[in-house]
Amino acid sequence: MLGRRRWWMAVAALGAATLGLCGCDNKSKEAAPGPDRPAAPGASEPWKVGAYLSLSGAETQFGIETKEGIELATDAINAKGGVKGRQIKVLYEDDKSNPQETNNKVLQLINRDKVVALLGEVSSSRSKIGGIVANKYKVPMITPSSTSPEVTQVGPFVFRVCFTDDEQGKLGAEFVVKTLGKKKVGLIYASDDLYSAGLAQQFKDAVVQRGGAVTIEKSFPKTETNFTTYINELRDAKPEIIYAPVYYSSMVPIARQAKAAGVPGSMFVGGDGWDADTLLADAGEELEGAMFTNHYAPDVPWPNAQAFLKAYKDRFKHEPTSLGAMGYDAALMLYDAMGRAKADTPEAIRDAIAETKGFEGATGTIAIDAERNADKAVVIVQIKGKKFTYYTTVNDKPAAKP
Amino acid sequence: MDKIVSALITGLAQGAMIALVSLGYTMVYGILKLINFAHSEVFMMGAFIGLFSILAFGGQSSPLVAGVAGTLCAMAFAGLLGTLVERVAYAPLRARGRGKANTRITPLVTALGMSVLLQNLAQLLFTARYRGYPQLLPIEHTRKVIFVTAVVVMVGLELLVHRTWMGKAMRALSVNVEAARLMGVRTSRVISITFITGSVLAALGAVLYCLDQSQVYPTMGVVIGTRAFVAAVIGGIGNIPGAMLGGLLIGVIGEMTKLTPYSGLQDVLIFTALIVVLLVKPTGLLGKQAIEKV
Repeated sequence: MLGRRRWWMAVAALGAATLGLCGCDNKSKEAAPGPDRPAAPGASEPWKVGAYLSLSGAETQFGIETKEGIELATDAINAKGGVKGRQIKVLYEDDKSNPQETNNKVLQLINRDKVVALLGEVSSSRSKIGGIVANKYKVPMITPSSTSPEVTQVGPFVFRVCFTDDEQGKLGAEFVVKTLGKKKVGLIYASDDLYSAGLAQQFKDAVVQRGGAVTIEKSFPKTETNFTTYINELRDAKPEIIYAPVYYSSMVPIARQAKAAGVPGSMFVGGDGWDADTLLADAGEELEGAMFTNHYAPDVPWPNAQAFLKAYKDRFKHEPTSLGAMGYDAALMLYDAMGRAKADTPEAIRDAIAETKGFEGATGTIAIDAERNADKAVVIVQIKGKKFTYYTTVNDKPAAKP
Repeated sequence: MDKIVSALITGLAQGAMIALVSLGYTMVYGILKLINFAHSEVFMMGAFIGLFSILAFGGQSSPLVAGVAGTLCAMAFAGLLGTLVERVAYAPLRARGRGKANTRITPLVTALGMSVLLQNLAQLLFTARYRGYPQLLPIEHTRKVIFVTAVVVMVGLELLVHRTWMGKAMRALSVNVEAARLMGVRTSRVISITFITGSVLAALGAVLYCLDQSQVYPTMGVVIGTRAFVAAVIGGIGNIPGAMLGGLLIGVIGEMTKLTPYSGLQDVLIFTALIVVLLVKPTGLLGKQAIEKV
């Protein structure tokens, strides 16, 4: 008995000692690089840019595609000799799709690695966290694909290259009422999902402003999978078109059940939440002819987009999604601003990003507006023959070219 | 009127599916007084295995063979998983807690732990991606299949519980596990069989559910698990016809709500119904007042 207890004590002591050692070790490691590290890198040293992404966890797929886009842009610029004669080195950090981890990783990139700018996050909630930190330490940040309006509202150092949900809802309405000429609209959305409900609200207001009307409106909790009754209701109200700003995960059962209830896929118009291969694989046939507002389409006729598409396919051996395209644009827009900046400091780069006008990216011509959002056209994608195809672009601001 | 009838039919199919899952909760509770929170994850795992085996058996090219064989595979796997969960997480605790007063709360905690573990395991193995089932049957027919299957299962289960030796043993256990053991019932075997039955039915429900309307993803168990659990409680947990009634009720209430402008509030309504039922009749609609021994 005593023997056993002593044994346990020995193990415990050993454990404590190891912990102690680790602690010391960590401290000494952390202490070392700080003071003797040069604050401003020399002229020949590469630029350090930080990217925090979901490279593991729930949104891994999105994170990896964004990273591929950033890599492509970085290598292209480095092959041309870099920015101001210096190569660019992107330091990638994995936030594991986790908000707490995001905070740590962004702090590490800023304080330990002294990056001049940040690229980051797909998810709006994590971009907002990263943005708050970036703004506090005065390091400019560009989010490739976070569409929540709140993200850039955190402060003057945070920008985006995608459109906001507000903009998307408005332009969706512009497309439905002006381009398609449909006045009687049905609406179905997830009432407890910020993205879906926000888009629905923006859309509804914008449709009314443009002389249309939402004749029937159905909302569901986002965990819902049985849509038959909703679809019957929508069908019986006989709208000319149904706007469904929902994620693809809800759209698959909606499409299948709609087809069973006799509502054709071409009745539906959606948002960028539809942009997933899964939607094509699982409900491609049911959604034949349906359209949605998006950042990008694989066959969009702009030369930049086509060049991107070719380079991406050559390198990664698969079709890029809009996440890859936006990662690419975010990185390129940052490098463009770094080239124009009057000094090599984060503040000067911030000012250069804020002055971006007429930037030609893979996802269109981008100007940064006063709220640090991207002013750009929305691409309308149509599902045709189980493929996403380019339909048209919509822009209600005459100032920016499509 | 047409609307109401069609909503009623959809609701009954939906409810039958919920009822299939809620049987697992109700059976385990009836015998062990344990709410097996891992049940919803057995459902989810069943759905994944169902999808993989349906695809392996040819999917849409041979719908009947793939559907039946895939469902059987999913059921077999879920049965195994159910026993495994019971052996790993509940049986050792039961053995240790024998004779001690407070033995309810520990298995409850391990049940929650098991649920989280299985969910994360699924995310690790299958990733968080949503995967769609191939459409083996048109939706109208899938719904008929669901309803008929649920009714057949329910009748079969009633026969099992009331007409067989195993059913008698189950009922004996539900009255008093220790006494049943003293009378020569091999309690751990009966408990295993209860878990297997519940899990097999969950997998059946899972495959039918996915064929009808859903995709498969690691957290799908939470949604349907909550509803099934509420159904079991509304019907009177521990009572098999009660679970059926509760499931149908929830299905129909849910669909009826969708006809109103307050369609986003169906979960609110379902939980309100739960509270009302529990206030009026704390044992649930078909639950019997337990006789407390003095």
